[in-house]
Amino acid sequence: MAHDKTYTDQDFKLVGTRPLRPDGVDKVTGRARYGADMNAPGQLVGLILRSPHAHAQIKKIDTSKAEKLAGVKAVITSADLPDLTNGDAGMYDTLENCMARERALYDGHAVAAVAAVDAETARAALKLVKVQYKKLKHVTDVDEAMQPGAPIVQPRIKDKETGLSTNVCGMTPFGHGDIEKGFAEADVIVERSYKTEQTHQGYIEPHACLATMGPDGQGELWVTTQGHFTFRNVCSALLGIDLAKLKVTSSEIGGGFGGKTHVWVEPVALALSRKANRPVKMVMTRDEVFRATGPTCSTSMDVKIGATKDGKITAAEATMRYQDGAFPGIWGMLGGLTSFACYDLPNVKSVGIDVLVNRPKVAAYRAPSAPMAAFGVESTLDILAAELKMKPVELRLLNAAQEGTQSSYGPTYGPIGIKPTLEAVKKHPHMRAKLGKNQGRGMACGFWFNIGGQTCSDINIGTDGTVNLTVGTVDVGGARASLSLICAEELGIPYESVKCAIGDTGSLGHNDTTEGSRGTFSSGMATIFAARNAIEELKQRASIMWDIPAEEIDWAEGKALATGVKNSNLGELTLAEIARKSPNTGGPIAGHNEINADGAGVSFASHICDVEVDPETGSTRVIRYTVIQDAGKAIHPDYVEGQFQGGAAQGIGWALNEEYIYGKDGTLQNPGFLDYRVPVCSDLPFIDTEILEIPNPTHPYGVRGVGETSIVPPLAAIGNAVSNAVGVRMNHVPMSPPRILKALKEDQADQKAVSAG
Amino acid sequence: MAGVHVSTTVNGDAVEYVCPGSETLLDALRDRVGLTGAKEGCGTGDCGACSVTVDGQLVCSCLVLAAEAEGREITTVEGLVQDGELHVLQRKFIEHAALQCGICTPGFLISAKALLDRNPNPSVEEVRYALAGNLCRCTGYDKIVRAVLDAGKDMRKANKKRKAKK
Repeated sequence: MAHDKTYTDQDFKLVGTRPLRPDGVDKVTGRARYGADMNAPGQLVGLILRSPHAHAQIKKIDTSKAEKLAGVKAVITSADLPDLTNGDAGMYDTLENCMARERALYDGHAVAAVAAVDAETARAALKLVKVQYKKLKHVTDVDEAMQPGAPIVQPRIKDKETGLSTNVCGMTPFGHGDIEKGFAEADVIVERSYKTEQTHQGYIEPHACLATMGPDGQGELWVTTQGHFTFRNVCSALLGIDLAKLKVTSSEIGGGFGGKTHVWVEPVALALSRKANRPVKMVMTRDEVFRATGPTCSTSMDVKIGATKDGKITAAEATMRYQDGAFPGIWGMLGGLTSFACYDLPNVKSVGIDVLVNRPKVAAYRAPSAPMAAFGVESTLDILAAELKMKPVELRLLNAAQEGTQSSYGPTYGPIGIKPTLEAVKKHPHMRAKLGKNQGRGMACGFWFNIGGQTCSDINIGTDGTVNLTVGTVDVGGARASLSLICAEELGIPYESVKCAIGDTGSLGHNDTTEGSRGTFSSGMATIFAARNAIEELKQRASIMWDIPAEEIDWAEGKALATGVKNSNLGELTLAEIARKSPNTGGPIAGHNEINADGAGVSFASHICDVEVDPETGSTRVIRYTVIQDAGKAIHPDYVEGQFQGGAAQGIGWALNEEYIYGKDGTLQNPGFLDYRVPVCSDLPFIDTEILEIPNPTHPYGVRGVGETSIVPPLAAIGNAVSNAVGVRMNHVPMSPPRILKALKEDQADQKAVSAG
Repeated sequence: MAGVHVSTTVNGDAVEYVCPGSETLLDALRDRVGLTGAKEGCGTGDCGACSVTVDGQLVCSCLVLAAEAEGREITTVEGLVQDGELHVLQRKFIEHAALQCGICTPGFLISAKALLDRNPNPSVEEVRYALAGNLCRCTGYDKIVRAVLDAGKDMRKANKKRKAKK
């Protein structure tokens, strides 16, 4: 799409202001309804029986005793979810993940489900379902899973002749130039290996839904999701329901971060409801959320970067191994795509490897795969900067990509924000703040793509001049405020005159899931076009009211203006005046738009971080943190800042504490918020933000996605800060107290050895 | 159903319910009293989304038995609005954009109110530690802390005015 200068160059009246969010009162009064807050008459409680084993053959499931228990209305196993996937491998994976078939593939894998009149009865029924398992050898570590002879997670996946285990389900190289030649030209080469542990999105709201299937083949699903249209597609396909006959309504969503882009219990709830012929409500426990949903990958990687002595990078190479859990994903590939995207490199090669292990199916987590890749690359860059005796920010600036650079993953960049964020780092007062004992400063950069995709918006104008805006992208972080601003801006009416709602699957055409930072980008685009569509209709109606041709009418600031000398006595008609007459000029006035929102703009960030490390305990505290990111255009700056701060906080948790710990038996040892420790309020400082606006030329308002990039730099920024604080280079995330303490002790031992030698 | 008969007060209203002895106060509030403002994020007292006060004492309602509510006074997020007016904390949370998804907001409001009721002029550090039992995964806590500090300021001003009038 061509750059619509009319709109990027205009003086915005509302866009860029900070009005109160329209869903605020609902959310501070307890009135907002989330996944678990909906009930239906006669509803049953659905619960899932999960595998206690990391890997086991399911020899037999006896449900007869459970079925006989009074109050139990349905018991299902995989036999009740026949394979309707017609050779669609991805859909079959989803089916198998919802309910284990021949084998349980990870600790927590669903094996059966019950629906009963109340929770007590349902829990009793679960105990009566008897499953006969034959335990199989398991593997949970990414490097071990790649070795020939490792236990095979998915025997149906064919050997790709890599010489490695068939657990390696993808190997995708990216890059350009001649790596060998590039390294030969380097004066300094740094080569390091890194590991990152598995983390969970950690949304506070567990997965929850209320499913109703009637004997007429019609169904309804109320669910906490990032994409109710996608959920409809998947549930319909798995259960053989006509798309139009399954109405999916997205509840308020209590956090998703990628983890609510996939179905988990929803097809099971629909299957239970179909069998019991009653509504079934399912709400996961936190233990289930940790064991069976979400997480992102653990990784292991090798990074090698070479540069001339004046700091120009001549070659960069990364081999990154991502574990996808028990089902193939694209996570290693995404690591390969994003690893070197910040830089202008003549010779670059990045290989993303996807590996199966006996852990839950990996789901997207905010800029999925990019934070781990950035940890490897940005840590290596800091080591290189030290060897070159350059400031880390200068090394990055010297090599930063810009408009016209061929990206490491292929396309050539348009206008981008990496250099401006680095310039802003140099100027930021944070860089001059004094550091105390055991304190250190680090910085790192990050990149994320952002996506567009299928989108629809509807605008319906009431006879009083107020406007219903209906969008199909779930609001995960304040998008209704931003989209109301956009709608009001285009129509020229007050923000307060717009009421934005998320339509259910029966009220709009298909909308892709809110992922890839696309919510405000793509629904904003569709809303702009829907508003312009409504304006055309408003002009038509004004032409009827004035009895002049529509071509003689302009639209500005919420009013129809009659143009030309002969119309000079007509003056103007406001939107409200035209709307009031609409019953007599042709009926309701509406605007709509259905698009594939092309032109998502890539987004870059640079973060600065100060930490203090306690050398006695290895405990690390973040004492200052600054996020600088290009937003393209910040529609509602409060919620742009909120995205920056939230992503940084998740990254800090990942860097310092959060990790899935698996036992020797392959079971998850810490499936709760007590032992899986996300940052609490007293762990964090205020998080300073600076929004840069380098317009995305392919969005009418210049918008880029803002939601994800902020989680990319923190792992490396903190690693670099720790290194500068206490002189140890951490190559394993999280940098938890035991790991830092171990590194400090090894460092002391090394120093002793050196001084003794 | 064999159960426990409970008479209690919720947000000033007399309430009665019959519940199994093992039921949590959180489940009773949500499923029997019909107040779904308190949320279950973990069920183990780690996330604070279910925070309510019992006789003014801040608790995780997932760790309290429904039967223990007998004769007590419970306040939930639904009880913060007084005479149709939002509590100053509710107002400040909206003004400071201190919520994104909002699932943790009811718990934070109850915890923050408990803090300001006992310490009207908390330091940043005191706010951070008082709210450390409430998890928020969206905001990084920045705007929440600012909202609570600002609410404290407004409440102190209002108290001063009230005292001056007396």
